[in-house]
Amino acid sequence: MGAGMPRTFVALFAGVLFGLGLAISGMMNPAKVVGFLDVAGGWDPTLAFVMGGALLVTIPAFRIILGRPRPILADGFVLPTASALDGRLLGGGALFGVGWGLSGFCPGPAVAALVTGLAPVVAFVAAMAAGMVLYAWVFERPDRGDVRTKPANPQGV
Amino acid sequence: MIENFTPLSGLVGGVLIGLAAAMLLLLNGRLSGISGIVGGMMAPKTSDVGWRAAFIVGLLLGPFIYILVTGGALLLEMQASVPVLVVAGLLVGFGTRLGSGCTSGHGVCGIARLSKRSIVATAVFFVVAMLTVFITRHVL
Repeated sequence: MGAGMPRTFVALFAGVLFGLGLAISGMMNPAKVVGFLDVAGGWDPTLAFVMGGALLVTIPAFRIILGRPRPILADGFVLPTASALDGRLLGGGALFGVGWGLSGFCPGPAVAALVTGLAPVVAFVAAMAAGMVLYAWVFERPDRGDVRTKPANPQGV
Repeated sequence: MIENFTPLSGLVGGVLIGLAAAMLLLLNGRLSGISGIVGGMMAPKTSDVGWRAAFIVGLLLGPFIYILVTGGALLLEMQASVPVLVVAGLLVGFGTRLGSGCTSGHGVCGIARLSKRSIVATAVFFVVAMLTVFITRHVL
């Protein structure tokens, strides 16, 4: 690992900060998330303040950071290269939306909620991991010549 | 009618999430998309397992610290039965990989980069999730 050690610690610390933010925001509670999505019920606008708070930081910060020639601890920025609004983007977003609406869980809060050890959370995250493995098996199998792998997009954004 | 609204803790939590994303980009050059970080470990050709695993450990440590400091006040109210959660989990896992991102990757990082794909994807999953909740809560 060697040169990768500082990056590993940065990732750990960023994860802690991210998880702390999720816990404080209340977004780990699926009821708060569904409360936002349920516009026809007793609407809870909190989620908009969470995303707004995050964007308040990332919009100016990313502009400054991405103006740099390179990140501090790595050779370059790993950014998505795709630009087309294709079926995969829209279809994937729609499938995710159905699952999010049914459960009130998106990937970050669900993984963070594993800390509670609650069986329904474990079941959701196990199924989510299975869905990701299924995707990799269908679309990213290196031995299947008939399925084209996506262009380099390691971050998956 | 607005219920259970907690704008201040929401804003503070959101700012911390934004700081985490800015830190990971500035130092490591990486975007904080949780589905990408987790899903990247499920792919056949996995690279950089170390930092991905470290981020996920941190993601669990954060709420753990919160529980320690506040004395066990992390409320989780399930919105569906376990069978429905399993179906939802499969959809979230497959869908976020197919659509190249989730709430954090598209919603927080992608919008901040003014990515057209992320803005459209975010609009799609918010609208579909709202429709799903409307159908399950008010139609069925």
